[in-house]
Amino acid sequence: MSSENDEQYFGHEHVTVIEPLQGWRMLDWRELWAYRELLWVLTARDVKVRYKQTVLGAAWAVLRPLTTMLIFSVVFGRLAKMPSDGIPYPIFVYSALLPWTFFAAAITSSGQSLVGSSHLVSKVYFPRLIIPLSSIGAGLVDLMVSCAILLPMMSWYQVGLTWNLLAAPLLIAAVVFTALGIGTLLSALTVAYRDFTHITPFMVQIWMYVTPVIFPISLVPEQWRRLLYLNPMTGVVEGFRSVFLGRDFDFVGLSISVGISLLFFVVGIAYFERVERRFADVI
Amino acid sequence: MAKSAINVERVWKEYAVGTTHPRHGTFYDLLGHAMKAPLRLLSRAEREESAATRFQALRDVSFEVQPGEVMGVVGRNGAGKSTLLKVLSRITAPSRGRVTMRGRVASLLEVGTGFHPELSGRENIYLNATILGMGKREITRKFDPIVEFSGIERFLDTPVKRYSSGMYVRLAFAVAAHVEADILLIDEVLAVGDADFQKRCLGMMGEVAREGRTVLFVSHNLTALRNLCTEGLLLNAGSVESFGAIGDVLQRYALGASGEGTSVADFADRMDGEIASLQRVSVGLAESETGASISIATAVSIKVRFSVHKPDSEIGVFVSCLDESQNMVFSTGSFFERALSGVKLAAGRHEFSCEIPGNLLNAGDYTLDVSLIRDRSEVFLSEPAVVAFHIHEVGSLVEGWNWPIRGVIRPNLRWSARIVNDSAVEVREAGSDRS
Repeated sequence: MSSENDEQYFGHEHVTVIEPLQGWRMLDWRELWAYRELLWVLTARDVKVRYKQTVLGAAWAVLRPLTTMLIFSVVFGRLAKMPSDGIPYPIFVYSALLPWTFFAAAITSSGQSLVGSSHLVSKVYFPRLIIPLSSIGAGLVDLMVSCAILLPMMSWYQVGLTWNLLAAPLLIAAVVFTALGIGTLLSALTVAYRDFTHITPFMVQIWMYVTPVIFPISLVPEQWRRLLYLNPMTGVVEGFRSVFLGRDFDFVGLSISVGISLLFFVVGIAYFERVERRFADVI
Repeated sequence: MAKSAINVERVWKEYAVGTTHPRHGTFYDLLGHAMKAPLRLLSRAEREESAATRFQALRDVSFEVQPGEVMGVVGRNGAGKSTLLKVLSRITAPSRGRVTMRGRVASLLEVGTGFHPELSGRENIYLNATILGMGKREITRKFDPIVEFSGIERFLDTPVKRYSSGMYVRLAFAVAAHVEADILLIDEVLAVGDADFQKRCLGMMGEVAREGRTVLFVSHNLTALRNLCTEGLLLNAGSVESFGAIGDVLQRYALGASGEGTSVADFADRMDGEIASLQRVSVGLAESETGASISIATAVSIKVRFSVHKPDSEIGVFVSCLDESQNMVFSTGSFFERALSGVKLAAGRHEFSCEIPGNLLNAGDYTLDVSLIRDRSEVFLSEPAVVAFHIHEVGSLVEGWNWPIRGVIRPNLRWSARIVNDSAVEVREAGSDRS
């Protein structure tokens, strides 16, 4: 425990200096760390509230990706005869829907999170970054639940377990990281320009079709394939398939995607920090 | 010498107003700007600074609060009190200047910040306390006292949306009351709820003050300020008008800027009010009086000047007078006067006035809430505690009587006396009453 650190941060010797903030500045990691309990409490709140007063409760976390998988399997797998690299289509699409559903929900909810928490932002101080972070954290619980569903599915379709599964935590980290960067950027943009309330869902919709969720990347001509990895979600989705379906990793593609994620993360946090100080005045 | 707990040095806070763009920028505006000057896209903030219309909520504010002092901040609506609290709470950054605070700071700008209606009382205690900056162990330690203070043990696991508003406020306040900090920033909106509850809030604050913590308290309740605070700060139009011992500051507030028994509140000549906007509210010795200051015996005149933007509106002025304990002494509306009821006003400036006769109110401090009302029904503008005045005691009226004359009002009643020593007459009169 680093409660000693907190004691220093919140403690009686702590000196708070408030000055005008100008230009770009670094994220205050120490402050963010000191407020980690708030992050936890807000995440827990989002998780608890999400399924309160719903009849099916937490079952929704399972039902949503399962239903989407069923529809996609019928429409794209059966009717459109979408190729799936020789893997049963349901499991092929489900392994991609896992990270995609999380990502789509995470950036949509974190995009709205700041505007939705205006009552907090205008009444009490804490690092504002906590708000989009906590809304992403809540989605993580759903991701874990739907990952657990995949295992019985794999045995049903007789897709063997491989050593690749060990890379699952890394890929989950990658998708969280990608969602963090883009979610943070969107949340700040939504405060500054309310248009993003409308842009975001639309963008998410289009984004799915440029990500190999319903189609295999092998459908794209060889020479264009690398270009597709400029979309950070391509690397993540393909990575998830490699993990669960035991295929080889495309390390070059994955590195491109992670690099772009990193870029989004840095830009997202930097832009957020830059406009953070105006939130209370604008919101 | 010990360092001050709060040190505010030349703080300014400016807002861009008037332009349609900065507050809720749309992407369309951004695109427009981007086309005109692609490279300046990222410096939007700086461009806003150059906008012609700016509003200064705080102008060059400096003051210090020593550890253990309880400072009351007074001023009319729009004087910058809330902005000052927001800057000190780090909700909004100052435009210029610097604030240094030593010790753990907790700001209580409202009760129940972050309360979620779907969550139970128990869950909300943890949520709210964490938001106010308490650690998990600290909350666990204080959980029972909080529950006990709030008196909602039985409903601890009920979602707070099923609470009555009274229970909700009590629970929220219980959490706030248990925040441990060296410096407390408290807005008077904290003291909501019924009179009994307000008393508890103020009692809690008195306790906090005695514990030697530093408190900055914003309020319109002059008695509370007088009783709780040692220091005072009077803000007027964003500037510090008076700073020092609470008694002096409150007197200055009651007397107004002129210091001659007249209290005047000027409002920026805004044209943004849809129907009408207040320009000036003043209270002072009635013109018919010859004395120098308002006393028990003198009449007090109230004048409300406002601009009508929408012609042919029926606008009335409503004034409520509150005493030191926030009891409403009386309220009156211009439309109670038959001649002024139902009259449509032309666009432009109008002044409505009335007089409180002498020998009506008791000695003490009074504040006036002023509202503008349309069509005798719709309150469209309301300014609490806009002006204050003090009614002086006039010496000792009676030789030998040395106690204060108590009461909310102090009418000069005509006393008469007659001799009733004829018992036969009395009995006969009583008997005739009975028949």
